Amino acid sequence: MDDLYREIIIERYKNPLFRGELEPCDIRFEDENPLCGDHIRIDVRLDETGHVKEAAFSGHGCAISQASADLLLESIIGKSIEEIKSLSKDDVIELLGIELGPVRLKCALLSLKVLKAGVYGLGVAHDDLVEEH
Amino acid sequence: MKTLTTAEQKVFQADASIQENSAVAQELKKEFPIFEQYPELIYVDNGATSQKPRSVLEAEQGLYTLACANVHRAIYSLGERATGLYEDARKTLAAFIGASPDEIVFTRGTTEAINLVAHSFGETLSAGDEIILTEMEHHSNLVPWQILAAEKDVRLEFIPVRDDFRLDLEEYQKLLALKPKLVAFTQMSNVLGTINPAKEIIRMAHDAGALTLIDGAQSVPHFPVDVQDLDADFLAFSAHKMCGPTGIGVLYGSENLLESMPPFLGGGDMIRKVLLRSFSPNELPHKFEAGTPAIAEAIGFGVAVDYLKTIGMDVVAAHEREITAYALDRLSEIPGLEIYGPAIEYKGGVVSFTLRGIHPHDVAQLLDRDGIAVRAGHHCAMPLHQKFNLPATTRASFYLYTTLEEIDQLVRGLENVVRIFG
Repeated sequence: MDDLYREIIIERYKNPLFRGELEPCDIRFEDENPLCGDHIRIDVRLDETGHVKEAAFSGHGCAISQASADLLLESIIGKSIEEIKSLSKDDVIELLGIELGPVRLKCALLSLKVLKAGVYGLGVAHDDLVEEH
Repeated sequence: MKTLTTAEQKVFQADASIQENSAVAQELKKEFPIFEQYPELIYVDNGATSQKPRSVLEAEQGLYTLACANVHRAIYSLGERATGLYEDARKTLAAFIGASPDEIVFTRGTTEAINLVAHSFGETLSAGDEIILTEMEHHSNLVPWQILAAEKDVRLEFIPVRDDFRLDLEEYQKLLALKPKLVAFTQMSNVLGTINPAKEIIRMAHDAGALTLIDGAQSVPHFPVDVQDLDADFLAFSAHKMCGPTGIGVLYGSENLLESMPPFLGGGDMIRKVLLRSFSPNELPHKFEAGTPAIAEAIGFGVAVDYLKTIGMDVVAAHEREITAYALDRLSEIPGLEIYGPAIEYKGGVVSFTLRGIHPHDVAQLLDRDGIAVRAGHHCAMPLHQKFNLPATTRASFYLYTTLEEIDQLVRGLENVVRIFG
């Protein structure tokens, strides 16, 4: 079984734990990767102390983009807004546990880009949101 | 500059079995150094670019080692040699499509050729003029017209693609009542593989007083195309999809038409005389070739055409038809695989498909692990994908060196993808 399609990626793609929509929610953002048509929306609910209580993603895309969204949301439960702002490309790569080429890296980072654009309250998700700090 | 002679070359035979012709295709691979480098490579992304035979690589290097000088100006013999080779390539290209050399403008490729027409022929259009395109165009035969439409308030209309993945010619007939100035269409879809009835489309356009532009990027490399037979006004195609180098292509335009058009890019070679505040343009085809051209690439293009001619374009087409028919049969055995394209009799060697529940990027990435190069995405035809409500497809596209065994391996690779995603 090859690295890029580790069991966890296929598993999370087929049976995601955080797929869905939260209505209402505190943070919502969506964006797409026009190159491959991957589309991700992320909804986040915060508790009274400003930490992530619930998170969900919806949309469609390749296994890498969908699994990374699922793993990313799992990793932010209980985190503060400041902690989410400090998440980087390397954190997502670590979650996936695989090496990615430049094209697939965009798939992997789409969810982080969407999440951070939402957290910062931006109108547009820029690539530099997920560049190294 | 060595070219293949028929004596040393195995040839496809019309009366041979599909297996025998497949063995010839395997034999042809020996002419392509990339397959020496990667003997296991299964390259089925020929719609994007083809591999290059040794003779083309040697021709390019030969220019630089034997005749490297600028063209059209040098008095010395080295320059004359370079000019001779460059102009010989133009003659080869002209003969290949039934044109005269003055009607062959070298461009960077199909995209630049279409942009040339949109810009230069576009100058002659006025607000309210209509241009007819189709829903199956590559972005390169779409965006240049959108830019023109925005600049000059020219209107764009689209021949619809029917559910059988062929153009709706009845709707086309109705659109012609708008008295369009130009009908620009692909002769073969780079996604669906649909071969459009170019001769009929052109005849209908001419009957309505419209000129025509053929995007031949996917057709000229794969079957015989003759501008006289088609009565074409413009034809654009690229070398790199037909065994030639990147960075060179051709715009064919009928002589009267090219004469009537203003120049495109300004600079050296496209002028007859320059004053400080004005210039007069050069004769055809130089009027449209500003600056030092891609000399080595043009010569390589000529040699690529020589190579294809030793095989015969009708023979290339017949081989691809056999391979495509076999691929359609084999691929349809895979559960959850859906093919987007017309029936085989209307189709060239391009097969786009989806696998249920598996994104095309994942398909392409997993096939790459088996050494199989396919394309995944929208193939520069986003509107077509939107029409069929597809974010992306996986595409396999064939050429003269594609074998039955490679199709079998593609099928095995896809079965493996299905297994992994279970």
